[in-house]
Amino acid sequence: MVLDKKLTVSASPHVRSSVTTTGIMLDVIIAMIPALIAAVVFFGPRVLGLTAVTVITAVLSEYVSRKAMKRHGTLGDLSAVVTGMLLAFNLPATMPFWMAAIGSVVAIVVVKQFFGGIGMNYVNPALIGRIVLFVSFPTAMTNWVAAGAWHKGGVDTITTATPMAQLKEVFTGGNFDKIGEIVEPGLGEMLMGKHGASLGEVCAIALIIGGLYLLIRGVISPIIPLTYVGSVALIMLVAGRGNLQFVAYQVLGGGLLLGAIFMATDYTTSPVNPKGKVIFAIGCGVLTSVIRLYGNIPEGVSFAIIIMNILVPHIENITTPKPFGTPKEEKAAKEGDK
Amino acid sequence: MAEKKTLWHELTKGFVSENPVLRLVLGTCPTLAISTSVTGSLGMGLSATLVLIGSNFVVSLLRKLIPDKVRIPAYVIIIASFVSIVQMLVKAFAPAIDQQLGIFLPLIVVNCIILGRAEAFAGKNSVLASTIDGIGMGIGFTGAIVLIALIREFFGAGSVAGLQILPESIPPMIIFILPPGGFFVYGILMALANRLAERKDLPPAELQSCEHCPMSVACGGRFVDQADNEKEVKEA
Repeated sequence: MVLDKKLTVSASPHVRSSVTTTGIMLDVIIAMIPALIAAVVFFGPRVLGLTAVTVITAVLSEYVSRKAMKRHGTLGDLSAVVTGMLLAFNLPATMPFWMAAIGSVVAIVVVKQFFGGIGMNYVNPALIGRIVLFVSFPTAMTNWVAAGAWHKGGVDTITTATPMAQLKEVFTGGNFDKIGEIVEPGLGEMLMGKHGASLGEVCAIALIIGGLYLLIRGVISPIIPLTYVGSVALIMLVAGRGNLQFVAYQVLGGGLLLGAIFMATDYTTSPVNPKGKVIFAIGCGVLTSVIRLYGNIPEGVSFAIIIMNILVPHIENITTPKPFGTPKEEKAAKEGDK
Repeated sequence: MAEKKTLWHELTKGFVSENPVLRLVLGTCPTLAISTSVTGSLGMGLSATLVLIGSNFVVSLLRKLIPDKVRIPAYVIIIASFVSIVQMLVKAFAPAIDQQLGIFLPLIVVNCIILGRAEAFAGKNSVLASTIDGIGMGIGFTGAIVLIALIREFFGAGSVAGLQILPESIPPMIIFILPPGGFFVYGILMALANRLAERKDLPPAELQSCEHCPMSVACGGRFVDQADNEKEVKEA
């Protein structure tokens, strides 16, 4: 019988989850490693230096600002490391180290710690870091080098246009037939990573591997990445007048996969409910497409995610499930008040 | 009555504890628009201070003659006449600053610091106290806008009052002279001013209600509630 076993009496909680913030962040770091390796292969060892600078600055800023505000230390949850890595993923390989460090400080101090630290930031810290750098140092932030150029001779020697700028050319000119001539890298090269891009977005395959790892580990739900990429693909299909090649370039190019898998799925700045997630992701997709097609800049993923981040509290507000049986009474009561 | 101490208080309250820009959040528009350069800010601060002293003086002088119902139009006419005087003076003696300030110089007429002080202070207090209040608030406004401009111009253009300080090889962070950078610097300085004012054991600025904040659904007004609760606990 059950009673044969010794009864243990203890206070609740009796069932503990093994999921911790540190564990989740560690999973995200592991998921980013394939993309980091790809970046080192395509852009050379300087990538490791750049990533080290952003990560170390992020961790230091977190430590110093927590100390200065007399709050308990939060280095152990590894979230500062993730922010640092994500920021590095958003930079071109030629970015001067000191500029990258400024981005980390802005991300951690201004966006995260000023608002209360982990779980309290209202937008994605790494993305604001990227946008501040992009607005402040436009030339350094768009100094793209061709992937693999470092084998031939210094990274600084060969700069190139990103496929995103060339895609815009295709759209504004309406030359969908000549897409293969205007856009330099082929679709296979886009998938493997042989084109000018920022560190994290260069290799689509590595990003997808990381995303699959996160899905299998249960860290992210597939709703946001799939809806986000799907809505961009759908809009591009219409905008490209049914040209599938145009759609494929739009999905593989730029920061879309990086943003959809690693940035838009951030717990703090995305909705909780599945319905809210769908609204959030469609909003990201529409804004990204509109900026890519009609904006002054070739890429809009970071701005789209930031704008939707700000709207998340409102999305949560309208998608909160109502307890069974209550809605009608509440409505009647409200109308009665008027 | 400790008249002397009160007057000293009327002068210094505008510096930090009731700083019009950083604590009362008045005059935000000219502050953000002008604070991209130190010289422009100094010009703006001094012009507004002159208008403020003059209008506080006259409003206080006429406070018993102005009927309550038409006081706002009366205040605006008084302020507008001082703005016209200052505008002509600036145009005549500092045309460069007039160029830099542009539309914001005549717009001092509707600057809420000046109207706010007329309404909140000069309309109720003696001529001497009102004039001193005007001087203190003017110094507070000038100090805050010049401080913001120092930070924004140094980081955003690498110069201070037009003098290049950072070497050309270091590209300045352009975001500082753009509107978002202005908001960042403004917000951080506001936090510092709140901190300083709290240290002086002065009562904290009254928090606005959360109803009008578009983000109140996110926090549910819990920050204000918390502050209220703490107050109640302390009082009890």
